[in-house]
Parts: sequence; structure tokens; C-alpha cells
Amino acid sequence: MIEIDGVSKVFGSGVQAFTALDNVSVTIRENEFFTLLGPSGCGKTTLLRTIAGFNAPTNGAVRLDGQDLVSLPPYKRPVNTVFQNYALFPHMTVAENIGFGLEMLNRPKAEISSTVDQMLDLVQMTAMAGRRTSEISGGQQQRVALARALAPRPKVLLLDEPLSALDYKLRKGMQVELKRLQNETGITFVFVTHDQEEALSMSDRIAVMNHAQILQVGSPHEIYEHPSERFVAEFIGETNFLIGTVTQADETQGSVALDAGGNIVARLPQGEGGMGQVTVAVRPEQATFCAPDSGEATVSGTVSNVVYLGTDTHFHLTLDDGNPFALRLQNTPDNSVQQKVGDRIGIAIAPGVAQVLKD
Amino acid sequence: MADATYTRPFSERYSHWILLSPALLILFVAAFGPLFIVLIYSFLTAGDYGGVVWSFSTDAWFNVFAERDMFDDTLGFADAHLAIFWRSFRLAAVTTVVALIFGFPTAYFIATRPPKQRNLWMLLIMVPFWTNLLIRTFAIMELIRNEGVVNSLLMAMGVINEPIQMLYTDFAIMIGMLYVYLPLMVLPIYASLERFDFALVEAAYDLYANRLRVLWRVILPVTKPGIIAGSILVMIPALGAYVTPRVLGGGKRMMLGNLIELQFGQGRNWPLGAALAIVLLIIVTASMIYYVRAAGKEGAGHG
Ligand SMILES: Nc1ncnc2c1ncn2[C@@H]1O[C@H](COP(=O)(O)OP(=O)(O)OP(=O)(O)O)[C@@H](O)[C@H]1O
Ligand SMILES: [Mg+2]
Repeated sequence: MIEIDGVSKVFGSGVQAFTALDNVSVTIRENEFFTLLGPSGCGKTTLLRTIAGFNAPTNGAVRLDGQDLVSLPPYKRPVNTVFQNYALFPHMTVAENIGFGLEMLNRPKAEISSTVDQMLDLVQMTAMAGRRTSEISGGQQQRVALARALAPRPKVLLLDEPLSALDYKLRKGMQVELKRLQNETGITFVFVTHDQEEALSMSDRIAVMNHAQILQVGSPHEIYEHPSERFVAEFIGETNFLIGTVTQADETQGSVALDAGGNIVARLPQGEGGMGQVTVAVRPEQATFCAPDSGEATVSGTVSNVVYLGTDTHFHLTLDDGNPFALRLQNTPDNSVQQKVGDRIGIAIAPGVAQVLKD
Repeated sequence: MADATYTRPFSERYSHWILLSPALLILFVAAFGPLFIVLIYSFLTAGDYGGVVWSFSTDAWFNVFAERDMFDDTLGFADAHLAIFWRSFRLAAVTTVVALIFGFPTAYFIATRPPKQRNLWMLLIMVPFWTNLLIRTFAIMELIRNEGVVNSLLMAMGVINEPIQMLYTDFAIMIGMLYVYLPLMVLPIYASLERFDFALVEAAYDLYANRLRVLWRVILPVTKPGIIAGSILVMIPALGAYVTPRVLGGGKRMMLGNLIELQFGQGRNWPLGAALAIVLLIIVTASMIYYVRAAGKEGAGHG
């Protein structure tokens, strides 16, 4: 269990000062595939490097299983990193790279060579054990970097966009392989990416970051279906935003009178049962068509564009108040698209599906 | 490796050699011509007033290693020559090692500055090169002579009562050569450190290597080509140094360069000078081959 407790990191000082981490707190559970997701420059690498020990936090504490990490140099932390650019040792062979960590831990030779063999096998690089790291492909280098970081059996493995340099197919393969490795080894993975699809498909939990802060932590399902704020909703997937006023609220749900006309029952953000003006997030696939201006319709509008995408069809609509709305319908063999550009349609949103954002 | 399967047509294979031949000829003559003349001279007889007499003789080579006693005509080792060979080799080796000890941290320091500052630092390293060698050597002399800056300061501070004799010692020669050749060590090491990916240091730290082991296992092996190049660049001129031992060694503490010069000047024994020059060449070549081999072997050794 990694506890990141009120960690701040300020680079430089005076007018040059830049806050790369702003009072970040999060707890990463044992044997979890935990992903840091966020746009470039939001502080993902900085947070990872703080756990690894390459930069000392300006404020706050980092603990691993209750033990303080901040006072330990990187070479005394049971934490290993897979670097974004791999950072393999060019003067060593693949096998020597993988054995380096164990060698530095002064493990007996026999143990080192058996672990190296095991690791080579795990990442399917046995045939290339004797090669220099400059003589293998990018994808193979990546696997060696992974094996090198796994060989000493750290408690925590930090991975900084390890798949970003790979082509699509290799990337998909490695995603599966990484997930398998995590299950097999029982090591806690802290994974950095700015690819939302990667984050959703691999993670046990995701922390969405922006501007040096963690905005929301939750399972991929929670993050996608119930984003807590506008940034999270926008960053992951496509979202419609409807403005309205809360007219009635209980613990978890509230009724919102939308500016575009109609009412919607939506989930309220935790701990914020307030009234007043709010933004409601609706995913394109959470809405369906119905007769316009009927009791079923939450809002109504006209079709402005239809895009057929094979597995589903994408509709661009214009609501009565002039705002755009995106709607996605899955294609099945027996439904053919009836809505045409210019048609007036109703949009139905089931109660309790949409999410009121906090802001 | 493409050559193995693709055989180029004759014209393509040989035409560039034909085009290159005038340049190669000049290079060949310029490189080996003088050497060849020196070799021939070493097997001739010395003229009475310098120069050579064109009659074959192995006296020069005999005299390199042995000498005939003036009075009883017995043979003995040429102790003086051997002492000079040994001093040359020892001083050059010590200078190289000390230059490495000072040069590596210097290069490391510069390579870890922000990029904009690096050129300024390198400029400072190169500045002494713009001054004449003789003047730089006399400057060292001014520093270390008995009434010089170092002794005066130490005496003024009361650390010593009498000046320390530094000038006209092997130490003085070593200091002089170190000062002159240090930039030749710093330059190639800096070049390899500048290309060095410092992410490797972090990777090693991450994998439980402490500072010392990061240096030994990662930084030094990866920058080895620069270290070898720097050592060769210092060792070769140090072996043949002439001005530095002449000025700072005071004529008594000769190195090979001075001994050779002596034969062509006052000694009036050109063949001996030529033979000694070839001995120097052999020492240099042998040292380099040994060094490069040893360094290469060590690199391939672990694992
Ligand atoms: N050593 C440093 N000195 C000053 N500023 C830094 C330093 N390292 C990072 N920063 C700044 O801190 C911010 C966060 O950087 P960080 O590398 O953590 O971003 P990131 O989320 O990993 O981005 P990316 O997805 O592009 O890798 C950036 O704006 C960066 O410019
Ligand atoms: Mg980053």
C-alpha cells in the first residue's frame, strides 16, 4: 500500500517557481493496477519520480506499507521503474541488463542466473539473451526494460508511458502481457499514460490528473460513467453537457430542469447536494431517440449530421436552444437508421444515468 | 554486410583506388619516408662533425643498450640510457594517470552544467592552449622554484622554514606535463560524457546501485572510449616530451626526447639519435597496443 499524503513539488524558486504537484493525496492499494491519466505536463512523471525517489517532495509524505520513503535514496527503495525511454545499459547484454538489479543486491550468482532465465522466459526474450541492447527492436527493448525492473521482485513497479513508442499492434499485445504479468507476480503496478483507452482497459483504478492535482480516483467504470467534474468527463470519451437547475434532490439523485427544456433525473456528485445551476454530463450512448416533444423526450432537436461507423452510428443533433448534442446508436442487423438530416427528433435519457458535475 | 551477396562491377570496385592513388602516394611517402630515413641512419656510422658516413654499422644499436668502458674496454649496460627510458615511461604513465584523475571529474563537471554554460567552461579549459608552450612551462617554473609563488606563500604563512626543492625534480616535470596535456584528457572524455544519457544513472540508482557502483558499473564503462582516447592523447606526447623536461628538469633529468636531441646536437652521433628515436617509437606503439587491449578486455569481461 502506497500512501501519498499531501505531496507538493515546486520546481525552481521566486518568479521561476513552478508547482508540478499541488497537495496530492492518494492511496494505492496492494497488488493494484493503478493508472495515472492526464494531459501532457500535468505532473504524472513528477509523481512517479517522487515515489521512485528521483525528486524529493517539497511538502508531504510518501509511505510504503506504513514505512516512510522520502528519507530513503532510490537505491534503498523496494520500487523499480520502467522508464519512458527504457534507459537500458548499452554496454551490457540483454541478460546482464536483467541481472543488474539482483547483482547490485549482492544476490548469489546461481540465484541471479536462474532469475534472469525465468525473466527472459517471461518476456519471451530467451533467444536474445546474449545480444547488446542496441541490437534489438524497440518492442524488444521495452520488454527487456520490463524484465529488468521485475527481476529484483520489487513491491511496486512504476511504469512511465512504457507503451507510447510502440506501434498499435505491438501495443495491444503488450497491454495484455502487462496485465498478465501483474496478475502473475502480484506486484503493485503504478502505470502512467495519457491514452484513455489504455487506461480504461487495463486499470483496476484510475487517477485523473490535471494541473498538478488529482481530480478523481475510481474504477474505469466509475470514471467513465460518473465523472466528478467537467475536465474528467471531457478528457475521457465524448460527453454532452446540459445546463440546468436542480429543483429537487435526495442523497444521490436530483431532478434538474434543463435550460433546453424538459426535466432529467441525474446522479448528484458525492457530498454536494446543493441546489442552483449545474452542468449535467450525458454520454452519447446514454441517450436514445423517441418522438419529439412527447412525454418520453427529455429534450428535442433536429438531426444535423449522420455518420455511419460500422459498429454504431453517430448522430450530431442541434437542440432547440441551439446547443449541439451527440448521440450514438449501436447498429444491429435488424435496425436500419431511420433518422435523416433535418428530421425533428426527441432525445430520451433514462433517469439516474446522467451525472451532475461538481463545479 | 550487403557486400557479401552483391558483387560490384570491376570499374566500381577499383576506380576509386585509382582516383585516390596520388593522395595515397603522398600520404605514404610523407608518413613512412622520414621513418625509413631514420631507420637507415641508425645503421650508418657517425660522422666526426655530425651527420653520417655511408658505411654500414650496428654501433648505434649496440650503444643504445650497452657501453664500453673508456679505460678497461669492458662491456656494461648503458645504465644511463636505461634510466632515461625508464624515467620517460614512468613519468608519462604517472602523468596520464594523474591527468585522468583530474580530467575525468573536470569533464564530468562541465558535462553536467546547463548546456549554455558548457561552452564557456570548455573555452576556459582551452585558453592555456593559446599560449606558447615555452611560456606556459616558464610560468610553472615561476610557481614552483625555490623563491617562487608556492614556496614564498608557504614560508610567509609559516608552514615551512626552508623552501621545498620542487624545481629540477621528476615531480616538476610531471606537474609541467600535467598542466600542458590536461586539456587533451578533458576534451575526449567531455565529448563522450556529453553524449552520455544520464537517464542511465537514474536507472542504475533505481536498480539498487549506490553512487560508487553507478560510477564503476555504468558511467566509466559507457564513457570508456573517451577515456582511452584521452589517455592515448596524453601518453604519446608525454613519452616524447622535450621542452618540459628541459626547462623543469634542468638538463640533468633527461627524458627520451632530450636524449635524442642531444645526439643530433652536442653528441654528434646521428645514428645513435636515430636508433633512440626508433626505440621511442617502439615504446609508444607497445604501450598503446597493451593499453587498448587491456582496456578492451576489461570491458568485455563481466557477465
Ligand atoms: N526539473 C524540472 N524543473 C522545472 N520544471 C519541471 C521539471 N520537471 C518537470 N517540470 C514541469 O513540471 C510539469 C509536470 O511535468 P511532468 O513531467 O510531471 O509532466 P507529465 O504529466 O509527465 O507530462 P507528459 O505526459 O508530457 O510526460 C511540467 O510543466 C514540467 O515543465
Ligand atoms: Mg511524463
